[in-house]
Amino acid sequence: MASLLHDIRHHSVTIAAPLPLDSGQVLPSVTIAYQSYGALNADRSNAVLICHALTGDQYVASDHPATGKPGWWARMVGPGKPIDTDRFHVICANVLGSCMGTSGPATPDAATGAPLGMAFPVITITDMVRAQAMLLDHLGIARLHAVVGGSMGGMQTLAWAAFYPERLASALVIASAARHSAQNIAFHEVGRQAIMADPDWRDGQYYGSARAPTKGLAVARMAAHITYLSEEGLTEKFGRRLQARDIKSFGFDADFQVESYLRHQGLAFTDRFDANAYLYITRAMDYFDLAEPHDGRLAGAFAGAKDVRFTLVSFDTDWLYPTSESRRIVQALQSVGAAASFVELSAPFGHDSFLLDVPALDRLVAGSLRAGLA
Amino acid sequence: MKLRPDLAIIADAVPSTARVLDVGCGDGELMAALRDKGVDARGLEIDPDNVTAAIARGQSVVQGDANRDLADYPDDAFDYAILSQTLQTTERPDKVVDELLRIAPRAFVSFPNFAHWRVRLALLWGGRMPVTRSIPIAWYETPNIHHVTVSDFRDLVRAKGIKVERVWHLSGDRPTSDAAASWRAEHAIFLISR
Repeated sequence: MASLLHDIRHHSVTIAAPLPLDSGQVLPSVTIAYQSYGALNADRSNAVLICHALTGDQYVASDHPATGKPGWWARMVGPGKPIDTDRFHVICANVLGSCMGTSGPATPDAATGAPLGMAFPVITITDMVRAQAMLLDHLGIARLHAVVGGSMGGMQTLAWAAFYPERLASALVIASAARHSAQNIAFHEVGRQAIMADPDWRDGQYYGSARAPTKGLAVARMAAHITYLSEEGLTEKFGRRLQARDIKSFGFDADFQVESYLRHQGLAFTDRFDANAYLYITRAMDYFDLAEPHDGRLAGAFAGAKDVRFTLVSFDTDWLYPTSESRRIVQALQSVGAAASFVELSAPFGHDSFLLDVPALDRLVAGSLRAGLA
Repeated sequence: MKLRPDLAIIADAVPSTARVLDVGCGDGELMAALRDKGVDARGLEIDPDNVTAAIARGQSVVQGDANRDLADYPDDAFDYAILSQTLQTTERPDKVVDELLRIAPRAFVSFPNFAHWRVRLALLWGGRMPVTRSIPIAWYETPNIHHVTVSDFRDLVRAKGIKVERVWHLSGDRPTSDAAASWRAEHAIFLISR
């Protein structure tokens, strides 16, 4: 499957300038795959950058080339939608380290032509943002009307505000956090260990072979998927109902609907995602802590961002990136005098609420993007 | 859309260059009027539906509780703090007033006057907690947990050494004289300063 995934052609640009990384390493050049929607206006002031989440991609509002499914935020982005492509020029780039055309572990080594695998340097959220800034330079967009992101996309959005405050007018951060908690890191480590324990992983050198660590990647996805849902949501959707049978099998088939669902989610994921990319991106998220360079004071990260308008949204059933993390960001923003909005929305879907049908979120997104428009 | 009379008075009194925090801003009605005249207005509001409505109108509003979350704002973050029709619902009105004058040198505080003659009559003759035009909700479900009179508030600010810069008394939509305010004012709006 991995080979099929990497055969897809994406719209991309290769920038032949070095990209210095937080690790101290340097990527000599970087390829960034991206999609854009809506026209850029004459004074180049209507660009909105959407940052995608861990397993997201640049196909925010177009059909996924591997699965054929609608874009992951097609309900939010398009003509007349809350992120209105009749009004905004929307850009979404595949993040550094990912597997949909941007430089990552599947990128060939310049010298040998073989995929880098684990020789690809470990990257951070800030590195992803640096790469996006290079893309915008390349596109001739000096300043963004807004940066928008949910989950890991929200982390990138916060990093944009922290490192390039003069390049954005507003930041919309949904179901996110300014750091990864011990619990967040712990769940990611389970996923990584599942991948690395798969004998087909072979230290990341599985590209081009017939076998990829799909079992490990599927287990990683299953574990992670639970964290994206609420207990209430799982109970409502599945309860203890059995899957296509009337009695328990007294075996280890997927007796329960929830097991069958998770197995399906895990397997389907391997059609559209690369195991090494999963390792690299989860690592980048774990390293994320905007307050760390400021002796733990998050306000220090936003010292230059007081002219950015922030909107933060959390969901009451999201236990992965709970409301308390959004509040912590709001407090830091208030202490530097930035205009910050925050609301905790009620939605039954847990962390995944930001991707699903929550009408109040639509109104918030539309309103926060309209604010500041002349 | 016509502003509530107490809000119209506040909107009129805030200078257009000011930075303002509207505590208990509802769906942003006053903030919209302030913004129209160029004021940098931000809000704090406890009800998520109100917060969503205000953000959807393009305003900067944080969901939070005046009893606790004012502590998150730094000293002198604003020129004015506004607390309209909310003081009597707070857990410790005295501490909320302290917080208002910590985050801004001046504050507008408006509240329904519990010494208005209708209220007095309801208690004196009816022997029951009053339900009036300005205090419309029965005692068991009212959010007003600290009823306050014009005289009570004057005593509080005097005891705290807080200056009263200006007071407006309202009976319905109309101003009423300071002299008879204790009996005749349904609402009072105080502009106080450190």
